[in-house]
Amino acid sequence: MIRILSALAGLVFAGVVLLAFVMGATTWLTEEPMHSADHEFHLDAHGPKGGYSFDGPVGKWDVAQLQRGLKVYSEVCAACHSLKFVAFRDLEEIGYSEAQVKAFAATKQVPGIDPNTGESTMRPGEPTDYFPSPFPNAVAAAAANNNAIPPDLSLMTKARHHGSNYVYSLLTGYTDPATFEKDGKRLMEEFPDFQTPPGLYFNPYFANLNLAMAPPLGVDGQVTYDDGTEATVSQMSADVAAFLTWTAEPKLVERKQTGFAVLVFLLFATVLAYFAKRQVWSSVKPKKA
Amino acid sequence: MSFPWAKEYTPANGFTKWVDEKLPLPRFVYNAVGAGYPVPRNLNYMWNFGVLAGFCLVLQIVTGVVLAMHYAANAQVAFGTVEHIMRDVNWGWMLRYMHANGASFFFLVLYLHIFRGFFYSSYKAPREMIWLLGVVIFLLAMATAFMGYVLPWGQMSFWGAKVITGLFSAIPFVGEPIQIWLLGGFAPDNAALNRFFSLHFLLPFVIAGVVILHVWALHIPGSSNPTGVEVKSKSDTVPFHPYYTAKDGFGLGVFLIIYCVVVFFLPNMLGHPDNYIEANPLSTPAHIVPEWYFYPFYAILRAFTFDFILEAKLWGVLAMFSSILLWFLLPWLDRSPVRSGHYRPLFRTFFIILLVDMAVLFYCGGAPAEEPYVMISQIATAYYFLHFLVILPIVSSIEKPKPLPYSITEAVLGSDKKAVLGENTQPAT
Repeated sequence: MIRILSALAGLVFAGVVLLAFVMGATTWLTEEPMHSADHEFHLDAHGPKGGYSFDGPVGKWDVAQLQRGLKVYSEVCAACHSLKFVAFRDLEEIGYSEAQVKAFAATKQVPGIDPNTGESTMRPGEPTDYFPSPFPNAVAAAAANNNAIPPDLSLMTKARHHGSNYVYSLLTGYTDPATFEKDGKRLMEEFPDFQTPPGLYFNPYFANLNLAMAPPLGVDGQVTYDDGTEATVSQMSADVAAFLTWTAEPKLVERKQTGFAVLVFLLFATVLAYFAKRQVWSSVKPKKA
Repeated sequence: MSFPWAKEYTPANGFTKWVDEKLPLPRFVYNAVGAGYPVPRNLNYMWNFGVLAGFCLVLQIVTGVVLAMHYAANAQVAFGTVEHIMRDVNWGWMLRYMHANGASFFFLVLYLHIFRGFFYSSYKAPREMIWLLGVVIFLLAMATAFMGYVLPWGQMSFWGAKVITGLFSAIPFVGEPIQIWLLGGFAPDNAALNRFFSLHFLLPFVIAGVVILHVWALHIPGSSNPTGVEVKSKSDTVPFHPYYTAKDGFGLGVFLIIYCVVVFFLPNMLGHPDNYIEANPLSTPAHIVPEWYFYPFYAILRAFTFDFILEAKLWGVLAMFSSILLWFLLPWLDRSPVRSGHYRPLFRTFFIILLVDMAVLFYCGGAPAEEPYVMISQIATAYYFLHFLVILPIVSSIEKPKPLPYSITEAVLGSDKKAVLGENTQPAT
């Protein structure tokens, strides 16, 4: 009885889903396949030439690069993007002394309360403060940016596929849609109606190709590096991408180093466990002829 | 229960004797996972996953309890407290990656354990109760994992919660009120997050309780084995300790190596980038997908796209739940007296097709809801139901199995005649 009822249930489910298949297949065969510019002309993210110092299982931070990245963030990105999960004290992890962090924090104005009147005010930052947001709230951010809220950058490199490469590609990827081509096909020939709406900027690394952020790093030398590195657009993009990789995963290097110690121990323990197992079983295993 | 030749616990000294008289806990452990539990001597490595699943449960509870000390289930701050764990809590990043990837590895182990059960028909008499309790554990684990994924309150957390609780709205007439009641509102918010956290903390202990029943039920008939032939004599078994403790120890080592490679070098490989974006009810992600371990069932849910008498959505929900609930019926659907797939050529063929089918469903569940993935998942869904509910019962009644070995001993040693037994045949005691 149970088997007859089950077989009926199985046939019903299979029948209904196959009916859905027939319907879906008919539509699929009769309708034009989906054809869209963002599907066909989107580019996959790539990193800077030579990759990042933190790539791979033994990669480490390039502290000088992180410091350059901080400078790019502070002078360019921070005008619109917050970094709310990073505190000034965290900067000691990228090679700054306590005094340097204190001095850096003091250059930033953070919201505070006037101790005499209790009113909201701005005060110089302390090492325990977090990077201040450029806008008091989301409404203000949207109002100042053509209705697009600039996302917080703390976790950006983990919040996108191929994050570090994505940030680099996006920053260096602005181009003119009129001449853009991919795999030998020109965007304007395949999609003559394609246009970037006013207030948006064409970037093939962005999901729908049109992005609200104006090219932030336009010219070489936009930021003056303290260590004398030449500030090309590519260099600045790689540096800020590296810095944002650190803000998203400050424990990345510590994690990999811990991992090696753990794996060495586990390999040793597992080899021991294997021989222990062989030893224990040797008395009952049939002898090989 | 145990076999008559099972070794008996003898307290080693006055203290253990005293304990044994008052509360025979050491005796209980000795009989459960010690030398007092005789186990078939021919178990292969597929029998490691029960112990590994138990290990995963403990790992999840230990890491989870510590994470809960630093996490706050409040929609205003939940995302921030997770970042606090990642940045400021000592070893917080490691705990969180161990817990998040621990869930993935728990499911990997559970799936291998379940597929072992499918192939060797571990669900058959006299082990039906073990199987039924196992399916209960799997369902509880799914609920726990789903609610756990909501806690970081990222975009996938929020929209996953919205989609899954939205399934209840497919129930005719009362669906919508049920959904609102479950969420404590019209959309996932603080009320939902708080109750999910509460349940996410509770359910693992419920699972632990059912695991105890699962293992208790296992100890009544004893473990199954790859031949499917029941234990006949002492030479068919070895004591659990030291034989299987040693083998499980090695298996645990291999498991931990793979697990730690992911935790320390690829911790976000199995997650979704969108969950590092704070939940935003006003912005829907382009592709809402569950965690990878739900992909096959998500594919079944989405395969029903056509309103046939009932709404397509309701068909999808019914099919998704049925696809797991039908496992409860397996002991009564598969009536072949032979257990092991090794001796069932036709069954074995269909088992391999099922594995391929599940792999296809897995792939389609993670793919966007577009053609041709939907069509492929529809075919695969149809096969899934036909396999368990139609093919399996027919195969079990028409198939002519291969001859079985007389006993486990014969399967291992080639002979079970006492006369030819030489050394190496009796387990060391």
